[in-house]
Amino acid sequence: MLMKRRTLFGAIASVVALSVGIATAEPRSGGELVFVSGETPRHMNPAVQSGVATAIPGTQLFASPLRVDENWDLHPYLAEAWEWSDDGLSLTLNLVDNAVFHDGVPVTSSDVAFSIMTIKANHPFQTMFGPVEAVDTPDAHTAVIRLSQPHPALLLALTGALCPIIPEHIYGDGQAVRDHPANNAPIGSGPFQLAEYRPGEQITLERFDDFFIDGRPYLDRVIYRIVGDAASVTLSLESGDADIGIVADASSITRLGGVDGLTVTPQGFEGIGPIQWIAFNTRVEPMNDVRVRQAIAYATDTDFILNALMRGVASAQTSPIIASSPLSDPNMVTYPLDLDRANALLDEAGHPRGDDGTRFTLTMETVPGRDAALGNIPEYLRSQLREVGINVELRASPDFPTWAGHLASGDFQMSMDIVFNWGDPVIGVHRTYLSSNIREVIWSNTQGYENERVDELLDMAGRELDTDARASLYQEFQQIVGEELPVYWINALPYHHAFDDRLGNPPLTIWGMMQSLDQVYWTEDR
Amino acid sequence: MGTMRYIIQRLFYGLILVCGVVILNFFLIHAAPGDVAEVIAGEMGGITEEMMAEIRAQYGLDKPVIVQLGLYLGQVLQGNLGVSYHFDRPVTDLIWQKAGATILLALSAQVIAMVVGVTLGVLSSRKPQGILSGFVSVFSTVGYAAPVFWTGLMLVILFSVVIPIFPVEGMVSARFRGSSFDYILNVAHHLVLPASTLAILFLAQYARLSRAAMIEVLGADYVRTARAKGLGEWRVTFHHALRNAVLPILTIAGIQFGNLISGALLVETVFNWPGMGRLAFDSVLRRDFPTLLGVLFFASLVVVIANLLTDLSYRLADPRIRTGGR
Repeated sequence: MLMKRRTLFGAIASVVALSVGIATAEPRSGGELVFVSGETPRHMNPAVQSGVATAIPGTQLFASPLRVDENWDLHPYLAEAWEWSDDGLSLTLNLVDNAVFHDGVPVTSSDVAFSIMTIKANHPFQTMFGPVEAVDTPDAHTAVIRLSQPHPALLLALTGALCPIIPEHIYGDGQAVRDHPANNAPIGSGPFQLAEYRPGEQITLERFDDFFIDGRPYLDRVIYRIVGDAASVTLSLESGDADIGIVADASSITRLGGVDGLTVTPQGFEGIGPIQWIAFNTRVEPMNDVRVRQAIAYATDTDFILNALMRGVASAQTSPIIASSPLSDPNMVTYPLDLDRANALLDEAGHPRGDDGTRFTLTMETVPGRDAALGNIPEYLRSQLREVGINVELRASPDFPTWAGHLASGDFQMSMDIVFNWGDPVIGVHRTYLSSNIREVIWSNTQGYENERVDELLDMAGRELDTDARASLYQEFQQIVGEELPVYWINALPYHHAFDDRLGNPPLTIWGMMQSLDQVYWTEDR
Repeated sequence: MGTMRYIIQRLFYGLILVCGVVILNFFLIHAAPGDVAEVIAGEMGGITEEMMAEIRAQYGLDKPVIVQLGLYLGQVLQGNLGVSYHFDRPVTDLIWQKAGATILLALSAQVIAMVVGVTLGVLSSRKPQGILSGFVSVFSTVGYAAPVFWTGLMLVILFSVVIPIFPVEGMVSARFRGSSFDYILNVAHHLVLPASTLAILFLAQYARLSRAAMIEVLGADYVRTARAKGLGEWRVTFHHALRNAVLPILTIAGIQFGNLISGALLVETVFNWPGMGRLAFDSVLRRDFPTLLGVLFFASLVVVIANLLTDLSYRLADPRIRTGGR
């Protein structure tokens, strides 16, 4: 969906250009790109820090073995070729021989081995390299990743911010990588090197002339400008102070969509797969009854949420795997608005209406700072669920730690939540549904959901290399959780890229801005 | 009391006050639910329990609060305000990096407020029933009553949508490249809206105060005597009357310095001005306790020093205070 007002011909041309991922003009060198963000990175090393704020500068500073396009197809990057062993227990990477770090030291297979083992030990996504036993380095440009079991997510885990190759000669000095001083002054082998870092204000990256791909990057400079909030992001894009940014609320998307010279598109977020859902604590009354959870789903008008509250900028999501992923099940069981059925389910579950028409009272948590931008769904649910006799009391936490504490400790009945898929279900989906992951940390299985068959299916899918067989396992998993509803998926978060029309080859792969910008250029002087 | 003895006594009281502020802030901040491990978990999209425990141990959050306080006070006494949980760098570095922006904003606003406010007050006092006097009264009431963040937002709307002539965020343009002189111009351009927003609040107070003080002084015998001697009206107003009316203005300037700093913190948030206010605001949300404590410590230190300077300026402006009224 392109939001910009333009002629029909222009719109069609742009859609075609975006869909095939190529620019409409010859690449030109020079110029700078200002990316505006409301998020402040802790530091710039994605090997030990996940999250979009670190990933965007991190992928410019550090190159990864592979990269991925908008169709989920993999491409060479630091590794010019890769090959699986027949048993699926090792992956050989052949590295380019001309890559050097920003300090001039060559990139070798030991840097790759060091990086992967560092990520495995320190990165929050433990499943990414969980099955990696070791990385062998038979020569300076060959790395062999040895696995304890087949690991279908491995190739995607070698792309973008998930696998920055960090220099062993800097990070291997014995200091802890998680708070290594170099994280604030990184040396990588990516297309841009750090020129200036003003914490909380701006990160300025300059072209790395010895980047291993000839003629790249095209841009001279990339600036990561940090502003206070979403409104400031919108103002910066509207005024032309910034060239590209990410917006996620209906008013900004609509407003920027009407600005001449700006393109606004939801493309580029397929990788992170941000899903908004209602989480149910399945360990507490009455949420431990599947009929109550289904009744809430039947009583919720998702069309109203999408079209009225979110003003049509978000897309529906009916499964635990983001709809744009090839592993998502398009035939999920759905819960169209049906108050009669919701009432019948609640009666059946043993919750008759009292004299005042109320069956029971539920407490609902709201995600701090998000609801105004995302349509105030809790407020809507409070009035809507009254229709079926459920009295909802909202508990608004003042900030993230308070809300996270409620969910992590199981001190909740129902909550809005936003969780990312992070590319492969092994990385971002399993954690919510595996009974072995019921833990007291946010974004684990805080719902306390347990199903042996689900555990079994996820375990098998996490080892299956055949794409079709894997899709089939995930299909069965999705059908089960679709029936049992430990969470009720509402929509994909309406993240949109907004960028200057003159930008050639805009960053719209599945990782969006979280992948190298070496191919981005200005089609004309800015 | 001798000036030096007076200064030493005030410094001693100031030190006790700052210590009290640090301890109170420490307990208040630690009473807030949640900690940095949860914030980091949120930023990272979820982390393991082991990592959360490691983070808590790394920052000493696994120790009893009273032990944490003891360790913190020990650090502060050595001039070390700790390491920012979020930025992983010394808090003193962050404060020095941000303090300049806050001081620039606060002083600019103070100068604008005093110069414009006192001028308006003096001019309107000459004809208390005149149009200018009425305007100053209305402007003062509105300026004082309007919350500073509201004034800021209105200016953002006005100068970003209606008349887009001033930048509405930051201190320097992202794309800025140029000489030192260009840099000063660029900063000045960015400073107009935040400094004006902050100045409006205090300008109103200075205008009202100086108007009232001048009306009182202009009716005094010595002013009548000055006029009788044939002195010009401007000389009477600005030399004889204003000099005697300035003491309450100085008093307010000193007392208001704390408010000026807290106002600056709000204005920085509205205009994304990269000072300590923005840092403090973000630190609250991130549970970055060392940074927040450091900013509060620095701010209390500045307020104590400002009050001391104000008291000293009384002694310069009014010899009766210096001599104990003899």
